[in-house]
Amino acid sequence: MNSLNKRLSAEKRFQAYGLFAVALSMFFVLILMWKIFSTGSGAFVRTTIEANVFFNPDFIQVNQNSLEKELYRASYVALADEVVRQNHPNLNEEQFIKVREMYTRKFDYQLRDYLLDNPDKIGQSIIMKITASSDLDQIVKGNYPRDVPEAQRKINDYQLSVLDKLTSEGKVSSVFNFWFFTKGDSRDPETAGIWGAVMGSLYALIICFSFAFPIGLLASVYLEEFVKPGKVTDIIEVNINNLAAVPSIVFGLLGLGMLIGVIGLPYQVPLVGGLVLGFMTLPTIIIASRASLRSVPPSIREGALAVGATKMQTVFHHVIPLSLPGTLTGTIIGMAQALGETAPLLMIGMVAFVMEIPGGPLDPATGLPSQIYLWSESAERGFLEKTSAGIMLLLLFLIIMNTAAVLIRRRLEVKW
Amino acid sequence: MIYFALLILVIISYLFYYIGKKRALNLKFNGNIKLSSQPDYFGYYVVLMALIPALLMWFGLLLFKGNFQEMFVMSPILFPDISTWSDGKLGLILNKLNNLSVIVNLPLDDLTNGEKSILNMASENELTAAKNLANFDKIYGWSNLTLFIILPIILGFLATRSISGKLNAQPIVEKIITYIIKGSSYIAILITIGIFLSLVFEAINFFRYVNPVDFFFSTGWNPNRAFVVDASEGFDKDDLENAFGFIPLLTGTLLIATVAMIVAIPLGLMSAIYLAEYASKRVRDIAKPIIEILAGIPTVVYGFFAALSLAPFIKDVGESVGLPVSAESALAAGLAMGVMIIPFVSSLSDDVIKAVPQSLRDGSYALGATRSETIKKVILPAALAGIMGSFLLAVSRAIGETMIVVMAASLRANLTFNPLEPATTITTQIVTSLIGDVEFDNPKTLVAFALGLTLFLMTLLLNILAITIVKKYREKYE
Repeated sequence: MNSLNKRLSAEKRFQAYGLFAVALSMFFVLILMWKIFSTGSGAFVRTTIEANVFFNPDFIQVNQNSLEKELYRASYVALADEVVRQNHPNLNEEQFIKVREMYTRKFDYQLRDYLLDNPDKIGQSIIMKITASSDLDQIVKGNYPRDVPEAQRKINDYQLSVLDKLTSEGKVSSVFNFWFFTKGDSRDPETAGIWGAVMGSLYALIICFSFAFPIGLLASVYLEEFVKPGKVTDIIEVNINNLAAVPSIVFGLLGLGMLIGVIGLPYQVPLVGGLVLGFMTLPTIIIASRASLRSVPPSIREGALAVGATKMQTVFHHVIPLSLPGTLTGTIIGMAQALGETAPLLMIGMVAFVMEIPGGPLDPATGLPSQIYLWSESAERGFLEKTSAGIMLLLLFLIIMNTAAVLIRRRLEVKW
Repeated sequence: MIYFALLILVIISYLFYYIGKKRALNLKFNGNIKLSSQPDYFGYYVVLMALIPALLMWFGLLLFKGNFQEMFVMSPILFPDISTWSDGKLGLILNKLNNLSVIVNLPLDDLTNGEKSILNMASENELTAAKNLANFDKIYGWSNLTLFIILPIILGFLATRSISGKLNAQPIVEKIITYIIKGSSYIAILITIGIFLSLVFEAINFFRYVNPVDFFFSTGWNPNRAFVVDASEGFDKDDLENAFGFIPLLTGTLLIATVAMIVAIPLGLMSAIYLAEYASKRVRDIAKPIIEILAGIPTVVYGFFAALSLAPFIKDVGESVGLPVSAESALAAGLAMGVMIIPFVSSLSDDVIKAVPQSLRDGSYALGATRSETIKKVILPAALAGIMGSFLLAVSRAIGETMIVVMAASLRANLTFNPLEPATTITTQIVTSLIGDVEFDNPKTLVAFALGLTLFLMTLLLNILAITIVKKYREKYE
């Protein structure tokens, strides 16, 4: 009896281990998501300071009749300084530097962009919400503590007192950070955006798709429909299986050694990134496509052949269309993996600091995951929340792609 | 330009499909000629005839663009001493000319001050060369466009004219498509060959500088020592002796992978067992996708998490019990990697466990065994080979994983088996030796390819081993 009890409690223990393992794994998912969302949500708002801006033509050396090109080229730095002086009168030089630091360094570009949109405002006064510097932003968001000794703070006591004064006047406000979604990278966290990286990844994925999908589909058609199993197919098959398990960084070395080194394609462009990702995705697509070709019943082929279709017509008119949903599902899942892949992008140079939004697959660019990596390496607190926000965006894209794959499978796939 | 050309190509091919089909239909109905193929095939025939030569030539032009460019720009007339230049200098000048060519033909007003000073600093010959380069780009662009438009049009018209009752288009089209399909399936092999060749060639270059015995068996890893030596002056052997020692990287990789497996194997296997044998369908349907989310999260996210939260947390915990823990401990990277691998282990083991025939379970229950006894004494032994295979695949993935270790592990080599100390890995060193530097002329960058080759062979070996084990096991029950 004793031994039966022992066995039963062993049974209970074992089951508890299993439950514990499942719960712990699920807990990891939860904690990962929580950490990212709690650090990243701040990136979607930015702190602004309201200020009177007088577009004094003397400071920018333009006038009402200036061309757009001249407006674009003018220097707004002096104007920016003047705006600060006007809004904070009676500052000595030291105080001025401290107050100027509270506004973003790129403040002059904000003035320029406004004037380019409203050239009639030259010589007039307006009230503008000027972006605060990242350090001030972090204080306002509560990410930097205020109650530590002054030496440990990036914002000193004087700046805090100015901030409190501005707050009490109702001039400090938070606005939705559109810049994050529309701008390229920047050295300053408050003006850094992710759009350049998104476009870089998009171009890379387009290249990846246009390489891997047709070739993967045709290769699987050849292996499944046209060739009898033999030595050649065995070699190709072993090859594909091994290729699927090659570490991604090795594909990056292939891109660097072959595509850039031997063929001479340019460094850090989405074209090379897309091709490398395509090489990686190819095995995934071939494996999925073969499985879905195999699931098309032989009766379809026999029916087509029986009414006089050639082999080619049978395959292209009947088998491929029926297997396409499965192939597409595999392709989208493969592309989702490719989107999250960072190491190959590091190898082919898509991790540089790129301010411009790339206009095509031959422009220098970063990718979404490599931008995340770049930001995560930066020490500033402002980039920390950008990193998390970038991860949120990346995860969002992955969720969309995987949902699309599931929907295609559910809606279109024919069950035989 | 190139996108425009591509668009035109698409339009041209559609037009030719239409023209070819139209002509065939015309022959059939107005000329009363009996065609030997369906009209569609004449359309395909014309398109293929028009496009394939153009695409092949375009690809050739693309491949040799660099060579043409150099022939055109780097002439001995402009640079009399060009034959004495080293590759590095050639690349540098070419790069400079590239930058110059963008601005050399612009009106002075449109240039920024920086661009003006670049122009002023360039010599007369360089400016001429830059102008040549700009011209070359123009000529090259136009020749591309010509290829994309004129060549297909000529060929297409020739092909259209050749359509007659005697031309049997279908077998020709099918033959060409068969070749295309066949070619596609060989691309997988080409990629493997490409990987192997690019790794081997550069690795051989590396081993010219560093003795393979030193590389594989020495225990010092200080690649920066090679960096201080000027590449053009040749290397002092003594400098390199202890600079590239593979051993600390190997131990670091194995240490982190071991930590990862200690996390992933029990959790992954137990989850798989619980979900396959105990959980109700409802629990399974909820828990399985959630765990699989872990597999879909990009590794850069794990790396960020490990560096930002896990490593400081472990450091704090360690210090609170009086253990000195490094901020870049192998433990943090290993734990994050372990979490990443959990779904990998669990879904592979799940497949294997499910493949065990129900009759084995029934037999065990009939003898009075409890569920856990059945699992431990019947199912796991029966599934053992497959589970081992999945472990090996997981190990190979852990060894090849890059981002987590790049972000969370140390850059400094450290020969240790203590997971609380920092350690570096093969993949980390590949990344650090190549980031921002693409001159393959010194051992510091070339070592990446030697490391890559080693990594490639290690993972290949593990995969082949795993697949062999799994195959053997499958044959038993099928």
